[in-house]
Amino acid sequence: MSKRVDAVDLNVYYGDFLAVEGINISIDARAVTAFIGPSGCGKTTFLRSLNRMHEVLPGARVKGQLLLDGEDIYDPGVDPVTVRTQVGMVFQRPNPFPTMTIRENVLAGYKLNGARLSKSQSEEIVETSLRSANLWNEVKDRLDRPGSGLSGGQQQRLCIARTIAVKPDVILMDEPCSALDPISTLAIEDLIGELQQDYTVIIVTHNMQQAARVSQKTAFFNIAGTGKPGKLIEYNDTTAIFNTPQEKSTEDYVSGRFG
Amino acid sequence: MTSSLTQSDKRGVAGDRVFSALTVSAGVLILLTLAFVALFLTVNSRDAVYQEDQGGWILTAFLDYAYPLVIGTLIASFIALILAAPVAVGVALYISHYAPPRLSKGIGYVIDLLAAIPSVVYGAWGMSFLGPALIPIYGWLHENLGFIPLFAGDPSQTGRTIFTAGVVLGVMILPIITSVCREIFIQTPKLHEEAALALGATRWEMIKMSVFPFARAGIISGIMLGLGRALGETMAVALVLSPGMLTASLISSGNSTIPAEIALGFPEAPPGSERQAQLIAIGLVLFLITLLVNMTARWIVSRHKEFSGAN
Repeated sequence: MSKRVDAVDLNVYYGDFLAVEGINISIDARAVTAFIGPSGCGKTTFLRSLNRMHEVLPGARVKGQLLLDGEDIYDPGVDPVTVRTQVGMVFQRPNPFPTMTIRENVLAGYKLNGARLSKSQSEEIVETSLRSANLWNEVKDRLDRPGSGLSGGQQQRLCIARTIAVKPDVILMDEPCSALDPISTLAIEDLIGELQQDYTVIIVTHNMQQAARVSQKTAFFNIAGTGKPGKLIEYNDTTAIFNTPQEKSTEDYVSGRFG
Repeated sequence: MTSSLTQSDKRGVAGDRVFSALTVSAGVLILLTLAFVALFLTVNSRDAVYQEDQGGWILTAFLDYAYPLVIGTLIASFIALILAAPVAVGVALYISHYAPPRLSKGIGYVIDLLAAIPSVVYGAWGMSFLGPALIPIYGWLHENLGFIPLFAGDPSQTGRTIFTAGVVLGVMILPIITSVCREIFIQTPKLHEEAALALGATRWEMIKMSVFPFARAGIISGIMLGLGRALGETMAVALVLSPGMLTASLISSGNSTIPAEIALGFPEAPPGSERQAQLIAIGLVLFLITLLVNMTARWIVSRHKEFSGAN
């Protein structure tokens, strides 16, 4: 559990359009890494290339290497489906399966793997996953109600529970709080702090305070202009990025002078 | 007294009224049409169940006449559905989730073209091509599966059986079900599809987890629309089927459907006669069957509302 992620000269394309260029980055296991940068700078695109969700779009492809504990996930012999069972993802908007109950949502990943669970096993998985997502106390009496009946923040925590239920090595979060109110946001941020003990967490956020609060390391992405590829500008300890940035553009961004 | 609150955009208000009146009258018009159809059928079918010179009510006589036709109609429509629904869902899925984008448009057009072919053409095709082509298959079914009542009885020598009619109906309702399903499959939220993919679902698993649950109501609606057309289809069945007595065998000649019976019988029924009333009365029966089918579909769809994703 919990693997490190290394990108080596990674280019990400949409058809012929180069969206992200020349990424070299080493992301630590059991830590929270934040991606920040202005809109359209390629941070979400790069994040989606980490579990091969990028290539779901027609024409989207990747060049370069992406190593999960040294193994290239873009090796021709690798099935993207396998990658995605090891690298989980939480999306910008909460997306529990609307036709499933809360319980079924948590167990959805197991159902996919074809695992045969006894009743007690599945009860245990549901409870531990919901407890780890800080949702158990709120939903334990209505596990058979639809997941879509929960509030936005609860739905997002349900999605996190669904993701950690299958025990991935890495959890990707694409602006997980952008659709949530401040109190739900706080609940998710607390949760991210706890997840870091067991998982490699990578989070894209537009909220710089959030990056400062939850992450140990921060990567700043930027683009030179519209139609140009996004690049990794600076990657360092979060305190260093926010207090003593090395690059001028990083300093401008974190001090709120642009973006 | 006029204040800024009582003054309003007069033209906007008038437009609002006109539009609301238009929509209300459109809605009322539909209900009125339906009511008049029901009224017309009911009034004119009176003679079929009540005859003074035969001693009043002759309901049993009418039911004896009607039930083979009802069963024939249901059998033909059922065969059509069994054949068409899986194919339609498959084609719709291929267009929405498997085919390369450029190809999928083309296939969509071709399927829609199927709906533009007049039903009499289907009937002619079923009578002169499909029927004869199915004769050897009927013979084989009879020889090898003859112990099943469905395939007992002498196989038809012309191929113009209820099964052939069902196949023709199946081809006819394919485009309706396909286009309804395709539209609804395309509308599956990307968010739900990606939720499944991100959990490590293959494409087929993603379809089972996200697309089908989302589209469930739409698939049922599409199938019911198709069933509605199959129940009411006249020309094709009248041409394909050589009608006869009710029989359990699908491969012998025999059986008939309500629309075919009306189409074949009406020109020969003297106006105002009992025979005409009888034909109108089975029309009413068909009307009720269709109504029942639609209401059942609505009920099925609404049963799982809470889990539909609409909330």
